[in-house]
Amino acid sequence: MQISGAQIVIEALIAEGVDTVFGYPGGAIMNVYDEIYKQDNFKHILTRHEQAAVHAAEGYSKASGKVGVAMITSGPGFTNAVTGLADAYMDSIPLVVISGQVPMSLIGTDAFQEIDAVGISRSCTKHNYLVTDAKDLARVLKEAFYIASSGRPGPVHVDIPKDVTAQLADFDYSIELDLETYKPHTKGNPRQIKKAMEAIAKARRPIFYLGGGIINSNAAYEVRELVKKTGIPAVETFMARGVLSHDDELLISMLGMHGSYAANMAMSETDLVIGLGARFDDRVTGKLSEFAKNAGVIHVDIDPASISKLVVADYPIVGDVKNVVNEMIELSSAINPAKYASWRETIRNFDELHPLTYHEDTDRLKPQWVIERVGELLGDSANISTDVGQHQMWTAQFYPFSRPRQFISSGGLGTMGFGFPAAMGVKVASPEKTSINFTGDGSILMNCQELMTAVEKKLPVINIILNNNYLGMVRQWQTLFYDKRHSETDLSVQPDFVKLSEAFGGIGYRVTTKEEFDAALKDAVEKNIVAFIDVVVERLENVMPMVPAGGSLFNMMLLEKKESK
Amino acid sequence: MQDENARRVISVIVVNEASVLSRITDLFSGRGYNITSLTVAPIPDSKYSRLTIVTSGSIRVIEQITKQLHKLIPVLRVYEHADLVEKEMALMKFPISENITEIATLCAAYNGKIVNVGDNVIIAMVADEPKRVDNFLKIINKYNPKEIVRSGAVALER
Repeated sequence: MQISGAQIVIEALIAEGVDTVFGYPGGAIMNVYDEIYKQDNFKHILTRHEQAAVHAAEGYSKASGKVGVAMITSGPGFTNAVTGLADAYMDSIPLVVISGQVPMSLIGTDAFQEIDAVGISRSCTKHNYLVTDAKDLARVLKEAFYIASSGRPGPVHVDIPKDVTAQLADFDYSIELDLETYKPHTKGNPRQIKKAMEAIAKARRPIFYLGGGIINSNAAYEVRELVKKTGIPAVETFMARGVLSHDDELLISMLGMHGSYAANMAMSETDLVIGLGARFDDRVTGKLSEFAKNAGVIHVDIDPASISKLVVADYPIVGDVKNVVNEMIELSSAINPAKYASWRETIRNFDELHPLTYHEDTDRLKPQWVIERVGELLGDSANISTDVGQHQMWTAQFYPFSRPRQFISSGGLGTMGFGFPAAMGVKVASPEKTSINFTGDGSILMNCQELMTAVEKKLPVINIILNNNYLGMVRQWQTLFYDKRHSETDLSVQPDFVKLSEAFGGIGYRVTTKEEFDAALKDAVEKNIVAFIDVVVERLENVMPMVPAGGSLFNMMLLEKKESK
Repeated sequence: MQDENARRVISVIVVNEASVLSRITDLFSGRGYNITSLTVAPIPDSKYSRLTIVTSGSIRVIEQITKQLHKLIPVLRVYEHADLVEKEMALMKFPISENITEIATLCAAYNGKIVNVGDNVIIAMVADEPKRVDNFLKIINKYNPKEIVRSGAVALER
């Protein structure tokens, strides 16, 4: 029996086991929305902006490990979604984003709500399709899900003209995929792995450099075992927070621009970098020529193009981190953890010299205190999303992450407005956990319309606004590098965030003291409704330590020494 | 690096499908790589096409280009040639008043000939290594060519 293209889309989503679609309807995608109306196999969450639909799908995917699905219409619906596609591309998040397109007969005529969608998405997706015949639709969608989730994951965009969603075709989802040109390499070369392990056994000051690929490959617990067995200290990238538990003795901290002194010094003094699913991003390495200057480099990554892109790998291993780490564990008995005792001691001394901390030396609350406090009160029971800016770095520095997929943030693209919709997606994927979004007074206004979605769909995200009346991170750079010319970063004029939340049917709190904060958080968790907690924090607090852009990791600006806390 | 901007020839085998060429050229422009020349044509009796791209860059840049090309889904294979046979064709249009015998002789020395003679113009072709085509085009300048078109290089590994 033949069914319509729109029905094929629905059947394919069901066959893929999709339970939630985030989206926003419009003219060109209406046939598909008509079929969504008729079915109850999966739920649809209507966001209030297409960008938010994609971010919500990203949050859902990051928290669940499944492919996130978003659906939008042509033209402005699609262009609004582009930021989400680019964000998912940079952070290797598996998504399938389906957009409507004007009918085939109108393509190229500058029709109403027409834009060359695949032309735009080409450079910010792993792959994309313009489907020109309903008989290709099932195969294309099956390929899309496979490509999105295999190899180095990423977003796949499927653009479907309106007449194709009306066209009739046979539906057969049992088709075998024939992707002769796409064969991700998942098993690491055993000889290379053996050589790498020999190098580790010889090294005197080795260090694990853990990246977000470990989380994508669901390899965090294998990595924990490898770290434990070898006794080699580890640093995490921003994207890898939660791979090791915050209380793991071998975890130094995050490295990079706002990494800890100990992490960056360890990276500078190591003689062997063991990179697992990390991509030597500029925010991590600082000045490349000085990065781990005297060290050999082992680099395990599923993406061959990531290896030796920026830092030349002496031991390149292309493969899925999980497979490779399992093989490394097998060979790890040759490594004696006691050998690195003095190296661990050196790192401990670095940390004692300049610990990751802050001073409570002002009347106003310190943003770092708020984050630590949420960690104390909610700890493992919360999933933590963030927006982008100072609050994001403080969260990465001070929240006690204890498991992978607990921390959801826009790392590569740095998308303000990501946090709130992502936290909604996280809540859908992981309803038993409290969904917290740490945000700033700048970021939160970039998707605050999602209050409506959260109220309607009962997604009780708690948005904690660390409100310093500034576009804080830019202000920090202006203070430090632009002679305090705070150009267009003063956000003194701002809405009443309590009333804003209440206007949508959410709850709001304005908080200026520790007691008020504790009470607000407790109340928000109990009420189980979307909330804004507007926390008045110290205006001129800087994220420290800091490696100035282009500087070397060992040349950090440090927190002034004072009586701590 | 010693050969910072050395000339390189890369062959890419791709599935014949819509927008595959844009994927390749977008990759070059998006990542700031140069294309000196690009030729593309279907491979006989297959669903693939072969592109020959002439570009320039250090060994590391070329390695990155090769890997990024390979990451594109419809790309089957990428060869970066070291030892290869390379040919390029050029067509030239001369005024009929120029010395046709001399032009024909010169063309012959570069695997070419006169291919068309009209009322007002002579059209000649050569097919040779790109460097030799460069030379040839310098030499024939004195015959006042009105138009020159080069095909871009095609290459096969030895």
